[in-house]
Amino acid sequence: MNGRNVEISLTVNGETVTESVEPRRTLVDFLRENLALTGSHVGCEHGVCGACTVRLNGEIVRGCLMLAVQCNGAKIETIEGVSDSGEVADLQDAFEKRNALQCGFCTPGMLLTAQELLAHNKAPSRDAIREHISGNYCRCTGYHSIVDAIEAVAQQRGRR
Amino acid sequence: MKIVDDNPSALTALDRPNSYIGRAVPRPNLRRLTQGRGQYVSDISLPRMAHVAFVRSPHAHARIASIRTERAKKAPGVAAVVTGADLAKIMTPWVGVLTHLKGLKSAPQFPIAVERACWAGEAVCAVVARSRAEAEDACELIEIDYEPLPAVTNAETAADPATPVIHKELGDNICFERTLDAGHVDDALASSDAVVETTFVFGRHTGACNEPRSIVADWNEGEQRLTVYQGTQAPHMMQNLYAKHLGLAEQQVRVLTKDVGGSFGIKVHSYADEMAAVAISKLLRRPVKFVADRIESFVTDIHARDHRIKAKIGVKKDGTITAFEIDDLTGVGPYSVYPRTSGIEANQVVSLVGGPYTTPNYRAKARVVFTNKNVMSQYRAVGHPIAAAVTEGLVELAAAKIGMDPLEIRRRNLYADDAYPATSASGLRFEKLSHHESLAHLDAMMNYAALRSEQKRLREQGIYRGVGFASFIEVTNPSAAFYGVGGARISSQDGATIKLDAQGNIGVHTGVSEQGQGAEAVIAQIAASSFGVPIEKVRVVMGDTDNTPYGGGTWASRATGIGGEAAWQAGKALRANVLALAGAMLQARPDALDIVNGAVVDKGTGNERLSLAELARVAYFRPDTLPPGIQAELVATRHYVPRAWPFAFTNGVQASYLEVDIETGFVKLLKHWCVEDCGTVINPQLVNEQVRGGIVQGIGAALFEQCLYDERGQLLNGNMADYLVPMAAEMPDIEVGHVVSPTSDSELGAKGAGEAGTAGAPACVMNALNDALRPLGATPLTDMPFTPDKILRALGKV
Repeated sequence: MNGRNVEISLTVNGETVTESVEPRRTLVDFLRENLALTGSHVGCEHGVCGACTVRLNGEIVRGCLMLAVQCNGAKIETIEGVSDSGEVADLQDAFEKRNALQCGFCTPGMLLTAQELLAHNKAPSRDAIREHISGNYCRCTGYHSIVDAIEAVAQQRGRR
Repeated sequence: MKIVDDNPSALTALDRPNSYIGRAVPRPNLRRLTQGRGQYVSDISLPRMAHVAFVRSPHAHARIASIRTERAKKAPGVAAVVTGADLAKIMTPWVGVLTHLKGLKSAPQFPIAVERACWAGEAVCAVVARSRAEAEDACELIEIDYEPLPAVTNAETAADPATPVIHKELGDNICFERTLDAGHVDDALASSDAVVETTFVFGRHTGACNEPRSIVADWNEGEQRLTVYQGTQAPHMMQNLYAKHLGLAEQQVRVLTKDVGGSFGIKVHSYADEMAAVAISKLLRRPVKFVADRIESFVTDIHARDHRIKAKIGVKKDGTITAFEIDDLTGVGPYSVYPRTSGIEANQVVSLVGGPYTTPNYRAKARVVFTNKNVMSQYRAVGHPIAAAVTEGLVELAAAKIGMDPLEIRRRNLYADDAYPATSASGLRFEKLSHHESLAHLDAMMNYAALRSEQKRLREQGIYRGVGFASFIEVTNPSAAFYGVGGARISSQDGATIKLDAQGNIGVHTGVSEQGQGAEAVIAQIAASSFGVPIEKVRVVMGDTDNTPYGGGTWASRATGIGGEAAWQAGKALRANVLALAGAMLQARPDALDIVNGAVVDKGTGNERLSLAELARVAYFRPDTLPPGIQAELVATRHYVPRAWPFAFTNGVQASYLEVDIETGFVKLLKHWCVEDCGTVINPQLVNEQVRGGIVQGIGAALFEQCLYDERGQLLNGNMADYLVPMAAEMPDIEVGHVVSPTSDSELGAKGAGEAGTAGAPACVMNALNDALRPLGATPLTDMPFTPDKILRALGKV
């Protein structure tokens, strides 16, 4: 398929990346396979489970529903990027302390989704937290601990 | 017996200094997972690695007349096209039977179908290519002529003489049958004041792990050795299977399990496509990777439940339950799953129905039949959710019939807390359970009386809320009675090796594995406490058949109770070795010394005598300075298997509080409670989270999840949009409490906790629904999942 490849240039976690990709390649496959950023996970490949959640120009998207070629010129942030920048350090601490993850497969997507919620709603209710993370499936925890962890971070950030 | 809090501050009865037993220590492996730096099999890439994609049968049952592969072989990037016949030359087929399930039969199954496909989704041909996309492209070019055969899709008629037999050589479509008749059921029913009879139906559902099944197989022709990276719950079992069916010594096979993205029993079985991937690696002498996509997961990951149970209970006016009777039917797909079989769930149902109650009269019949649907086998809580829903459903229907409170009828029939040891009507042996203590704790925790008054008040306003309960028992810590005695090479024992390094840290190598439950943390807590070091000084090694003692892995709620006890004993053994050495170095009696917080101390005063780092330095680098004849032994291994009891039964009780919108049939879960008794609690937070996660999976079964098949054997909802799993917004907060009755089979006294939530949740949601709708004269709901349309039908609204 090389003859039909398209060259794209974008920023991923602050680094400029130029790659030749097949038009059919999804954003999450591009991140995982072209760039070896395996923190974004592939769960359902049809936009339901949220394991592939990444940030595109500041907003969370499903990495499996975007094509890499659509991201030409875009700014992408993944769990690796927000971990290294320290942006979600308090959420990560809270998830670890509260055991708000078991297998951890949903966690990168869950953290980015939680971070988006807290960016827009400083003091979300438990119901609002539950509603916001409903597009991110977790099969292990039953969600209670995740809600606890996000709620705790909202309170911590409110005190700062 | 005692009640423990979420975070008890004091040390527990396991009286080591600076013990971590009973403390909510965060799991050491979490940071890499929260940073996206875990290593799941789908993340692994090896040099020269090729990708496998499968062509799967679109028919539930068909003869494979021909496979034309020429065009696919010429497609870009394709390394090979492999058929069932190709793999049959290098890998032997398997038959999923266990000798202790008498009469259980199945047919030989091949890694890729040979001549005949027996369910829609069975692999018929494989393409190996440079990338998964190219392999899938080439799959489109394979031409297969199928001759459709009659498909058996109705379990009710599968054993009828008029129904075609799926595997002619078996003679019929019956996989397994079991009957049991204890006491005098007919007399007991005849002497009852009321008899309730109903049929319970359990939807076929599946685990829907977030990470699909994944495998990387690497046959090294130069080493004559196979390395398999696999997200499995049982690395040593898989090592045995690959070796056995490829004709290798087990020593030639290494199974490595790193991070696993959810398992729940789905990843404890052999799968034909994974066996095929391993065989393909050997055939092509290069690493290959197979990651199931979501539709492949739905049509090949084992399904579970799908039972239809006709059930009966007799009860006296005073609440005494006189008898239980069940007739269970389940259709398990065309093969019994290897090596744990597809007979265990029905077998468990027969064993577990009526289990919490003293009722001596119990009759059961179970029939397991073959069908042309995806295979079924053990998924989290195997049989328990079915048995609990039948038992607890009957108990609450009986209570309603005689006008008795659902907790009161339980109080009158549950085994008394001082009645142990006890043997159930079905022959289960209970060492020590705490049904009444648990029930009392639950009653207080949920403020039952207040809920009932709230319910009454709201009913008058046209708001229909229900409260439902489920007492349950859970099989944990299985001995060899589970699989070993049936001839399967599935280890019930587990080992732990603890090594002291040259800086005074320890490495703990364990046969149990981690899929998110927290086994790594629990093993670290136990080893740190037993040996005497801060937990930061413990590193746990697991999931590697080359580098861990032989063990069973993590399933059937065994990792803490069995793997944990091995680690406890290994820690003690290493402590004894270290103290012997320290005694020689310090000219002290070893029994006057102890290890506390990473240092050898005087037992009496607690004063530090020697750091472990210094002891290790001398032992490893200056052994010449030790007294003559002293050899430091700084590695210790211990193994453990339960011997006194075939299983360590746990118990508990759950409650659900919910509201039904009687116009739409929608259910709002308001709150859920669980009190359970898993013996010694090593890490209360991890136990609570196992319970919560398990409950939500059970709620999924009760309200949402079902693999829907049409009459031709086609799965209709094989995607995450149409197969509903619980989402955050629909789930309630869940309160968890504990009663502690340790098993005396081990020093730790820990039993398992992984399945208690799933065992009881469907039953108590069902009971709560029926409680909510009872004043409206609704037909009791007994057909899971309880979707809004079924609720409206029960209300006579549609």
